[in-house]
Amino acid sequence: MSAFDLDHKQSDQAPELIVKGKFADNERLKGDSNFLRGTIEKDLRDKLNSGFRGDNFQLIRFHGMYAQDDRDIRPDLVSRKLEPRKNIMLRCRLPGGIITPEQWLGIDKFATESTDYGSIRITNRQTFQFHGVLKENIKPMHQWLHHLGLDSIATAGDVNRNVLCTTNPIESQLHREAYAAAKTLSEHLLPKTRAYAEIWLDEEKKFSTEDDNKNYEPILGEKYLPRKFKTTVIIPPHNDVDMHANDMNFVAIADETGDKLAGFNVIVGGGLSFTHGLKSTYPIIAREFGYIPADKIIACGEAILTVQRDWGNRVDRTNAKTRYTLERVGVETFKAEVERRMNHTFEDIRPYELTERGDRIGWTKGVEGFHHLALFIENGRLLGEKKQGLAEIAKIHKGDFRLTANQNLIVAGVAEEHKADIESIARAHGLIADTTQQRQRAMACVSLPTCPLAMAEAERYLPTFIDKIEGMLTKHNIPDDYLITRIAGCPNGCGRAMLAELGLVGKAPGRYNMYIGGNRAGSRVPKQYLENASTDEILNATDGLIERWSKERETKEEFGDFVIRAGIIQEVKLSATDFWD
Amino acid sequence: MNDSNVIFPIPEELTKQLSSLSAQQQSFLAGYLWASSQQATTDVAIPTAAASVAKPKRKINVISISQTGNAAGIAKKLTEKLQAESLDANLTSAGSYKARQLTKEDIVIIVTSTQGDGESPEEGMSLYNFLFAKKAPKLDGVSFAVIGLGDSSYPLFCQAGIEFDTKLGELGGERLLDRVDADVDFEPVSDAWIEQVVTKLKDVAGSGPALKVVASAATDDVHTQSEFNKDNPYTATLLKNHKLVTEDADKVVMHIEIDLDESGLHYQAGDALGVITNNPSDLVDEVLSLNGLSGDESVESRKGTTTIGQALTGQCDLNQLTPKFLADYASSANDDVLTALVEDKDKLQGYQAWTPLLGLLQDYPQKLNEQRLYDGLKPLTPRLYSIASSQEEVGEEVHLCVGLVDIDCKDKRYTGSASGLLSNRLEEGDELQVFIEHNPRFRLPKNADTPVIMIGPGTGIAPFRSFMQQRRADEAKGKNWLIFGNRHYRSDFLYHAEWVDYRDQGLLNDCSLAWSRDGDEKVYVQDKIREQAEQFWQWLEQGAHIYICGDASRMAKDVEKAILDVIAKQGGKDEDEATEYLNEIRQEDRYQRDVY
Repeated sequence: MSAFDLDHKQSDQAPELIVKGKFADNERLKGDSNFLRGTIEKDLRDKLNSGFRGDNFQLIRFHGMYAQDDRDIRPDLVSRKLEPRKNIMLRCRLPGGIITPEQWLGIDKFATESTDYGSIRITNRQTFQFHGVLKENIKPMHQWLHHLGLDSIATAGDVNRNVLCTTNPIESQLHREAYAAAKTLSEHLLPKTRAYAEIWLDEEKKFSTEDDNKNYEPILGEKYLPRKFKTTVIIPPHNDVDMHANDMNFVAIADETGDKLAGFNVIVGGGLSFTHGLKSTYPIIAREFGYIPADKIIACGEAILTVQRDWGNRVDRTNAKTRYTLERVGVETFKAEVERRMNHTFEDIRPYELTERGDRIGWTKGVEGFHHLALFIENGRLLGEKKQGLAEIAKIHKGDFRLTANQNLIVAGVAEEHKADIESIARAHGLIADTTQQRQRAMACVSLPTCPLAMAEAERYLPTFIDKIEGMLTKHNIPDDYLITRIAGCPNGCGRAMLAELGLVGKAPGRYNMYIGGNRAGSRVPKQYLENASTDEILNATDGLIERWSKERETKEEFGDFVIRAGIIQEVKLSATDFWD
Repeated sequence: MNDSNVIFPIPEELTKQLSSLSAQQQSFLAGYLWASSQQATTDVAIPTAAASVAKPKRKINVISISQTGNAAGIAKKLTEKLQAESLDANLTSAGSYKARQLTKEDIVIIVTSTQGDGESPEEGMSLYNFLFAKKAPKLDGVSFAVIGLGDSSYPLFCQAGIEFDTKLGELGGERLLDRVDADVDFEPVSDAWIEQVVTKLKDVAGSGPALKVVASAATDDVHTQSEFNKDNPYTATLLKNHKLVTEDADKVVMHIEIDLDESGLHYQAGDALGVITNNPSDLVDEVLSLNGLSGDESVESRKGTTTIGQALTGQCDLNQLTPKFLADYASSANDDVLTALVEDKDKLQGYQAWTPLLGLLQDYPQKLNEQRLYDGLKPLTPRLYSIASSQEEVGEEVHLCVGLVDIDCKDKRYTGSASGLLSNRLEEGDELQVFIEHNPRFRLPKNADTPVIMIGPGTGIAPFRSFMQQRRADEAKGKNWLIFGNRHYRSDFLYHAEWVDYRDQGLLNDCSLAWSRDGDEKVYVQDKIREQAEQFWQWLEQGAHIYICGDASRMAKDVEKAILDVIAKQGGKDEDEATEYLNEIRQEDRYQRDVY
C-alpha cells in the first residue's frame, strides 16, 4: 500500500487550508434553507407543478429524496405540452443494511401500492430505494416509514450518508460490535435539525432563536458539508462495502481471541466520481491514517468529518470531496488536524487483508448455530414474483433481513427447523437459481429511466452484457472464471465502475467509456481503454481481451492484473497523474 | 401627407386625426369616403321640399343578438335594405345596447339566435334579464318584430326568439309582424322575412330622403379588413396536429396549428376560427351502402346538381337529425317501435339527441332514395373553435384546442366531422378552409392593469391560452387567475407545461384546479370558486373581469350559481342583490362568456 501513502503535492510551502473565492451556489442554498426546511411545505401544497421548484429541488435530497421523472416517456409528454412524469426516488436510512421482516412487509406494501414501478431496489449503499413516488404520496410515505421505525434522513445531500457495515452474520459477535459502531456513528453524525420531523411527520414546529441556531448543527454546521460524505465499517477480509469508494472507513480489528472488537484501522479519502473530460477530477483510493482503539470511533469520525467540513472546497463542487482536500493540504496536515481535534494520536496501522468483495450466495452457518441464506438479486431489483417471494419469506421468518453492499439480500438467523420452509419459498419464487460467478459479481447503477444524470443505460443493459461475457468465457474455455464487471450510466460513481476489472461508464445512449485494470479486492482504479465506444465495439474488444487472458495468464492471475502485466493498459498508481494520461 | 405646403380642403383637426390611422385603416377609409361621396348628391346635398312636408320618419332600431354571426349578418342586411328605402334605421348589437333604452324606442326589430340549451346568446343576456326582471318595464308605444334563428335538432328550437317575442308583447309592445323561426338552413326564410319587414315598415315608418346611416356593428374592435370570410374562406395549411393528453386519457384532445400565411386574416384574443368541414369517407360509404346507393346518383343540392356521394361528404350533417326528418323517415319505415317513438315527444328528443344518421339506419333499416336522403338532412355548417393563440406570439399562425368527438355506431367508431378532420383526416401540410369569426363579446380588459379570472374547464381553456400570450406580449400588469378542471391531473391537464411556465414567469398569479376523476369525490370548477370565495370576491372588488368558456348547458350554469353564491355570501347580499350585482358587472363588460 506504500504507493498510496505518497503525498504527491507535498511542498515546502504551507498548504492552503481553505479555498478562497466565490462560494458555489449550493452554499447559498444550504445557508438560506433555514436548516433544510426551505419552502418544501409550500411545494407540497402546490397543485400546479407536480415536482419541486428552485432550491427545494436540491433540499429534498437532505431528506433522502431525489426529484426525478420517467425519462422513457419524457419526450412524449413534452411533445403533448404536458409536464414530465415527475416523481421522487426515496433512499432509506438503514445503517448496516439490517431490516426486520415486519418492516420489509411494510415497505413491500408501499412499493406495490404507491410507486410507479412497483419495485423495491436494493442498492450498493446497503439500503433500499423506492422509485416513482408521486408528490401526493410523499408525505404518506414518510409517515408510513416512520410508523415502521424507518426514516430517510440524510441519505443524500452534503451530509454523512447511510453508514455501511460488512454484512457478516457468521462471526456474529464481531459483526454485532461492528454493526453497533456503524449505527452509533450514523446517528451521531446525523443532522440535528427538526426539519424532517416538521415537514414529513407533522411534528410541532419549534421556532428557535438566533443563538439556538448557532448550536443547531454543532457537527455539520449551518451550511452542512461541502459535499456528500460516505462512511463504512469493514470486517476484513471481506471488502463488500468497497472501502475505496468512501470518504471515511473503519476497518475492524479483532482482539487476540479473534471474535471481539479491539479497534479500527482508519482509512480516509476514497471516492470514484469524476467528470468526463475534466482532468482535475479522478477516482482515487483511500489513504491509511492509522489505528485507533474501538472507543475512539465517534471522536475520530467526528474529527475527520469536521476537518473536511472546515477545509473542504466550497468554491468548486467538482473538487469538494474529502479526497481532493487530502490531495490539496496533504495527508500529514489533515491527519495532524484530526489528531488534534480528537485529542488522540493514531497508532500504526494493524495488519489486515482485504481479499474479497462478493457475497457468498446460498446457505452458510454462523458460529452461533443459526443459518443464513444469501439470495442473489440481479441489479438489486425486486419486482413481481421475486418480490412476492421475499414477502412470503418475511411472513414466516423469525430472524432479520440484511441488505448487502452488493445489492443482494441475506435471510439471516434462520433456525435449523425453518430452513426447509424458507428454501422452498425461495425456490418457488425464483430466488434461488443457478447463476455464474460472473453474473453474481456484476453490478450496475439504476440509471435510465429514472436517474436524471444518466447518459446511457446501466441496470437495463447489464443482464444482456453479462450474457455476452458468459458466452465469451465459455467460448474461451473458462466458464467458471469471472472478471468483476460493472456498468454506470454516468461518471458519478454510483455503480462503482471505477473499482471494476472491466467498467463501463456512460457517455451517450449506447455509448460508453471502457475501463480495465482494477482488481478483485477493489484496491486499484482501472484506466480508460476505449472512449465513447459502441456496445459492439466494447463486446469485440472484451472478447479479444478475454481470449488473451484465457491463453496467456499465469496461474490464478486475475483479469485486471493480467491486462496490466501484459502491457495492454497502464496501471493507475497515482490517480491525479495516471488516470487521465 | 402632412406637408404644410399642401393645402387640404379638410379641417386641420381632421387631418391630424387621420394621420394617426394605420395604413390599412387609411386605405379602408379612402374607399369608404369615395363610395359615400358617390351618394352624397342624392342623399345629403339636396334637401327637397318633399322631405320637409313628409311626416316625420319613425326611428327604427335593428338589434342583433348573435352567437356565430348569422343573426348579425341578417340584421345588417335588413338595416341596409331599410336604409336603401330611405328609412331611419340604425343597427345595434345587443352587446353594446343599454337595455334601459328599450322603453324609449319607437320601432325595435330583433334578430336573435338561440344557444343549444334554449338560452339567448351571451350578448343578449342583459337585454333578456331586463325584460324578465321582477320589475318589468312597460313597453307601451314600442313596436316590434322578431326573427329567431335556431337548430331544430335541439329540443328548444328558436327558444330565445320565442321568449323575446312573447315578452315584448306581454309588456305592451305592438307586434308589427308575427315572429318567424328559421332553421339551420336559414337564408331562404330570413330573406323572405326581410322583404316582409321592409314592406311593413315602408308603410308604417314613413318615407322620404334620409341621411345614409353607416351601419355600425357597434363593436369597439378595429377589424382589419380581409377579403376572406365565411362565404369566401381562406385555404390555409395545417402545420401541426398532436395530442395534448396522454394515451390513457378518457377523451382525446388535440392541439392544432394552422398557417394563415399571407391571407391578411387577423384575429384578437377571444376570437374564433371557423373551419369548413366535411364527413369522413368511411361514414359516407356506410350511409350510402345502407341505402343501396353507389354514391354516383345525382341530386339537386343547395349548390346545384351534384352526386349524392359528394353531397353527403361536403354538404350534409350526418350527426344531428331533425324531428322532421325522423317523422318523415318513420312514415315509410313500417316499424311500430319507430312510429311510436316519433309520436312521443320526450322519447323522440332523447333518441334524436344521441342518434346519428347511421344509428337510425341501423336501428330501423330502410332504403331512401338519394334526393329524399339529401333533403332530409341538415346542412353541414362550419365549426367554430375558440382560438388558443395570440398573433402577438404566433404571428401568422392560429392554434386551436380541439376535443375529438367519436361517434360509436354498433361495433364501429367514426370520428366527428370537424374534430375528426382536424385531428385525423388531415395530415401536416394538408389544406383546409377557414375564416375568422370575431367575438367582440370576449375581450381582455382594455386596461392592462385589470385583474382577470379565467374559468375554462376542458377545451374551454383554449381562449385563455390566447389571453396569456396576449397579456405577456402586452406586458400587462393585471393579475391572472386560471380556474381549470378536467378528469385527471396527470393525463388531461391541457397545456400543463405552459401553465407551469406562466406561473414561473410571474404571469399566472393563481391557479385553481378541479379534477373530477382523481379522488373519491368529483370536484368541478364551481367547487373551486366556492372554496376560494374570499379571494374571488376580493378580485371582483378590485375590478376583475370574469371570463367563462366551455359547456353552456351545465358548466356555465353551475359556475354562475357558484359566482352568485360568492357574491351573496362575501358581499352580504340577498339573492336578488347578487343577481343585480352580476348584471351590473355584465353591463360593464366584466362578466363575459364564450359558451356553447
